[in-house]
Amino acid sequence: MIFELSFIFAGIIAFSVLTYVVLDGFDLGLGILFPLARDHKERGVMMNSVAPVWDGNETWLVLGGGGLFAVFPLAYAVVMPALYMPIIVMLLALVFRGVGFEYRWRSERWRPFWDMAFFGGSLVATLMQGISLGALVQGIQVEGRAYAGGWWDWLSPFSIGTGIALVLGYGLLGATWLVMKTEGPLQARMRGLAIWLGIGTLLAIGAVSLATPFLHPQYLSRWFTFPAAWYSAAVPLLLLIAAFLLFTGLRRGKDIQPFLAAQSLFVLSFIGIGISFYPYIVPPDLTIAAAAAPDESLRFILVGTVILVPIILGYTAYAYWVFRGKVDPNEGYH
Amino acid sequence: MLESFSAETLARMQFAFTVSFHIIFPAFSIGLASYLAVLNALWLKTRDETYLHLFTYWKKIFAMAFGMGVVSGIVMSYQFGTNWAVFSDKAGPVIGPLMGYEVLSAFFLEAGFLGIMLFGRNRVGDGLHMFATAMVAAGTLFSATWIIAVNSWMQTPQGHGINELGQFVPEDWMAIIFSPSFPYRLVHMVLAAYLTTALVVGGVGAWHLLRDRLDPTARRMFSMAMWMILFVAPLQIFAGDQHGLNTLEHQPTKVMAMEGHFESHPDGAPLILFGWPDQEAQEMKYSVEIPKLSSLILKHSWDAPLDGLDTVAREDQPPVAIVFWSFRVMVGLGFCFLGLAIWSVTKRAMGRLYDSPWLQRVAVLLGPTGFIAVLAGWITTEVGRQPFTVYGLLRTSDSLSPVQAPAVAASLAGFAVVYFFVFGAGTIYILAMMAKPAATPRLGLRDGPIRTAGLTPAQQSNPDALHDD
Ligand code: HDD
Ligand code: HEM
Ligand code: HEM
Repeated sequence: MIFELSFIFAGIIAFSVLTYVVLDGFDLGLGILFPLARDHKERGVMMNSVAPVWDGNETWLVLGGGGLFAVFPLAYAVVMPALYMPIIVMLLALVFRGVGFEYRWRSERWRPFWDMAFFGGSLVATLMQGISLGALVQGIQVEGRAYAGGWWDWLSPFSIGTGIALVLGYGLLGATWLVMKTEGPLQARMRGLAIWLGIGTLLAIGAVSLATPFLHPQYLSRWFTFPAAWYSAAVPLLLLIAAFLLFTGLRRGKDIQPFLAAQSLFVLSFIGIGISFYPYIVPPDLTIAAAAAPDESLRFILVGTVILVPIILGYTAYAYWVFRGKVDPNEGYH
Repeated sequence: MLESFSAETLARMQFAFTVSFHIIFPAFSIGLASYLAVLNALWLKTRDETYLHLFTYWKKIFAMAFGMGVVSGIVMSYQFGTNWAVFSDKAGPVIGPLMGYEVLSAFFLEAGFLGIMLFGRNRVGDGLHMFATAMVAAGTLFSATWIIAVNSWMQTPQGHGINELGQFVPEDWMAIIFSPSFPYRLVHMVLAAYLTTALVVGGVGAWHLLRDRLDPTARRMFSMAMWMILFVAPLQIFAGDQHGLNTLEHQPTKVMAMEGHFESHPDGAPLILFGWPDQEAQEMKYSVEIPKLSSLILKHSWDAPLDGLDTVAREDQPPVAIVFWSFRVMVGLGFCFLGLAIWSVTKRAMGRLYDSPWLQRVAVLLGPTGFIAVLAGWITTEVGRQPFTVYGLLRTSDSLSPVQAPAVAASLAGFAVVYFFVFGAGTIYILAMMAKPAATPRLGLRDGPIRTAGLTPAQQSNPDALHDD
């Protein structure tokens, strides 16, 4: 084969995880900021700003997991048991968060409870995603074709650090989303908050980036040997530009620029992680090529992916277009 | 109490628990999505407000059920890896791409158009809104098709080879997707979803008819549901019979367990109606049987020989009692639904469809039982496949993840608490919504003679039922 199918798919999976982060990041972040709403009406506005699209956003998570199962079954079979606890807790948290959208309109008396569940679910799900990422970067112990570690291996200061970093980051995405979608006092408060969350996110990205190269010699060589270092140096540089655009956008009262700049921070960090990982899918032992499903499986799903993903992106964009603009506080079907 | 179980048992309990909760919602949302598409189309065509009221009413209930289906489904897609890692590694090359197609062709379609269907009528106009509604319905059906293809391959695997790593590798995708049990299982499951939904709609309609037998929305939904059951209930019994014959061909052990045949019958096997399967002793205790009937049903001949479980090694037998009883629950309910269908069509012929309180009471009672039939059916199918995950090829005990029992026990407890609480609350909210009448403005009353339309206070109350919480 001229094209290594497995590398194409590594790219596709990376793309769907990134799309997940870009799309669901802000709506989880919005959940994290939920308690900061002043009153019932503000909470309604916040939730309605994502109500039509959250389900589609979360489907990218299903594609990330389902896609891994489809094209890298071995990686799936190793990662899921290794991250057993954080994944299960994340799933349970997503249950609470997902039903919050409907339940809060169903009972006057329990509304405060479901609001808290929406907040708690968003927070815990984000924390667990960050921890899972940290645990993956840390490396997963494999023997033969199976996970060989214990059920607490995922827990470490590093993984907790990545968990907190992700909470700050999603918070930033949520705040800038609300800057874009709302008006008045809520927007003003989110603008102020976004500055602090932006600073926190940058510090966290810095700390995690400094720690990562020292976890494995492989990461170190990837980042600090030439000529690869020239490419990897571009990432921090672009990060600085994105940060600059974020803060100037917030200071000058721009609506859309902060959101796009915050998203760029995520995309760049993601590329940074990709640079560290390559050519492994589960560091430090499992490479992309070794984990891939047989070519017959890859070829079969490639056809569908190539045809369907652009269509999906098309109608997703359409749904965002239909619900574009500021949220009208008096609209909503409930 | 959970400490005494092995990691395998716990993992199975966890999988069975979460998937059983999950299937309840798809069974409802597959049917309801199609019903909503029909209601919306009828509203656009006739401009009869009753349809619009019904659409708006069921749309809200759908949104709840769908939300619960999504969150419980996301759990499922990760559980293959967390609980059945070896299975995932080995069977992933075959079933993974099918599930990938489910995500790409079904889940995105549902999710992408759901927002427009729920919130978008005023923003996109009637035409595109209708399109979105139809896409959501199509998405649920695509989803069923792919996941049933996966399950059917696990039941009746074909079209694959086995490589040097012990993985199943695809050789012929058409053969994998169209495995021998796939068409039967798909038809039976989709009919089950339609039947279950019709029973719920009928039950809700009946409930409101008992309160106010002139309520036009209640009449309309009751009538629509009874028509649906009249067509689907007999079809489902026929499809189930065909499904059983197919199973006899490809998974004979499962049919032996369903029928409770421990012994072989060289000249005509009896149909065991009831009994107590004692697997230790390998015999059916206290059985009530009709001689030779089983051979007639399964082989179309009174005297055809039928093998029993005495031809199957003990360690290859599924748990008989569960399969035997769950099968009877499903079939029993299937005949109850047929009874309801016949009763309602007789009343309709007499022009008394809406004025038969006993019919309506029974319809209310049967309202939720479709779910029980669905669960019983799946239990028959899945437990009957034991002790294999891929029938005949991969044992359940060889499919497990390398996770420790305490981790599984803790997560199982977590799932149990969270699911009962969250989905319990959701069920209560859905019931509360169902208890409210769909709409009361008396417009477009078409079924039956118009009596004192809109003159009594009871009929005029609650004019803004469309906008309630
Ligand atoms: C015959 C139908 C059927 C069956 C047997 C299953 N499902 Fe399901 N599933 C659906 C029919 C469905 C659906 C009707 O398409 C749902 C219900 C609500 C919804 O959002 O879509 C759904 C939702 C749903 C979702 C959420 C999709 C989203 O984000 O929109 C996932 C991840 C799964 N399912 C996965 C599974 C797995 C892993 C199953 C096997 C154990 C399974 N389902 C059995
Ligand atoms: C959605 C409805 C379903 C229900 C209610 C259901 C029910 C069950 C039950 C009761 C068990 C436990 C059997 C036992 O351990 O004795 C089980 C196991 C299992 N089922 Fe299903 N099942 C469903 C659908 C599916 C589908 C669609 C698949 C495949 C995609 C599937 C794959 C499995 C697997 C992998 C196991 C675990 C291994 C095993 O114990 O066999 N199930 N299911
Ligand atoms: C009364 C006549 C019925 C018969 C003879 C019948 C027969 C069967 C058989 C033989 C199976 C197992 C097939 C296998 O595992 O290989 C099955 C499964 C199933 N049944 Fe039924 N059934 C009947 C009614 C119903 C009803 C009324 C419902 C629900 C409303 C239902 C829902 C299901 C479901 C969900 C399954 C599991 C999925 C599948 O294998 O299709 N059945 N049925």
